[in-house]
Amino acid sequence: MQRFANPGRFLRLARAVYPWTAGLAVLCLAAGLWFAFVASPPDYQMGETVRIMYVHVPAAWMALFVYTNLAVAAAVLLVWKHPLAELAGRAMAPVGACFTALCLITGSLWGQPMWGTFWVWDARLTSVLVLFFLYLGYIALSNAFDDPTRGGKAAAILALVGVVNVPIIKFSVDWWNTLHQPASLTRLDAPAIHASMLVPLLLMAFGFTFYFVAVTLIRIRTEILARRLRALQFSQGASEVAAASPRQVSA
Amino acid sequence: MSALAAVLRRELRLAWRSPGDSLNVLLFFVLTVVLFPFGVGPAAEILERIAVGVIWVMALLACLLSLDRLFRDEYEDGGLDLLILSPAPLELLVLGKILAHWLTTALPLIVVSPLLGLLLQMPPHAFPVLALSLLLGTPTLSLIGAIGAGLTLGARRGGVLIALLILPLYIPILVFGVAAVDAAAQGLSAQPHLLLLGGLLALFLPIAPVATAAALRQALH
Repeated sequence: MQRFANPGRFLRLARAVYPWTAGLAVLCLAAGLWFAFVASPPDYQMGETVRIMYVHVPAAWMALFVYTNLAVAAAVLLVWKHPLAELAGRAMAPVGACFTALCLITGSLWGQPMWGTFWVWDARLTSVLVLFFLYLGYIALSNAFDDPTRGGKAAAILALVGVVNVPIIKFSVDWWNTLHQPASLTRLDAPAIHASMLVPLLLMAFGFTFYFVAVTLIRIRTEILARRLRALQFSQGASEVAAASPRQVSA
Repeated sequence: MSALAAVLRRELRLAWRSPGDSLNVLLFFVLTVVLFPFGVGPAAEILERIAVGVIWVMALLACLLSLDRLFRDEYEDGGLDLLILSPAPLELLVLGKILAHWLTTALPLIVVSPLLGLLLQMPPHAFPVLALSLLLGTPTLSLIGAIGAGLTLGARRGGVLIALLILPLYIPILVFGVAAVDAAAQGLSAQPHLLLLGGLLALFLPIAPVATAAALRQALH
């Protein structure tokens, strides 16, 4: 892992890996969408709306998967002061927030035909909403300082505190929901899922994962280049000031 | 331990010499709770239904309001550098500051909370549980809030940011605090909820000082 602390080495690796992940993402998503929309049957209860599941469920998985990655990056940053971990956390957080938002939006679009309302204070919905706020807090904190490395470190501490909290929040929301049980809500707990639905679901999940890796690689690369550019501009500005100051003194 | 006592003594003396800060938080708490009958109407059954939630949410917001100042003055005047340089462990000193924050801001809220319960038509037999749930829950609010206060030191728009960071983490305390009082009001046992509140306090008592000290160190690095 320490080998990749060198940004040049990381950039070479990222350049080699990126086409593969991007290509696999396109392949999986294309195949997954074809299966989801064309080659899979409508559900016997939910009809055609079941197709929302192929976006909704992988997005929910990604929301948790990305947050786990964020926490690992935070721990690596705080323990080893690994410079790339800070960039990785900064790169991953908005992607995770988008997956969480996608999960919430598709969920409410699915809820309207199924439950007759866009939003219910169901335990699962509420915990995903809180997860979305945790992402927003991370992003806001990492961008709140003039010195970006300062923001990265503060956000890493927040991410670790958040990881301790996520199970507690989940538990408390379940507890709260059983206390205030809404009138009646048909739960959609299917005991097993048929292969014709599992294939597109897994394809979409893999597609989302490869997409996440590809986008994160682009974002880390951009951040490295942006910091190099800023360092160049600073040194150029400094040399211009140094060149200009004797004249000012003589004038 | 003597370092902890020294920090605590100093903070309490500071609070005693400018009591306005604690009083303002208390006034905020009372005034915002009193606003609710104007918002939802004076009907006793509605007020009774929302009383616990309103008192808990407003106590939480009052706590949030006071957090901004927990480290800010000392961050700006350099006092925090001295705390970090001192030979005593920073975690212990932070714990002293958190304890002082709780004593000066949360404790007055707990004292007046039965009075507000009275105004909102809460059944009187739930008052002890309300005070007890606040007594167990608000220290955790101060502990988690200190992490947020440390992390946002030197940030642009720190006051707004701290709410965004801390409020999601406050949800479990709010849930169990309100559940305890609701159970008591309905004549059920509040014990499981109170035990969970105590468990949260026991969990954050060691985590929060460590995380806050880490936040302060990187803020002044």
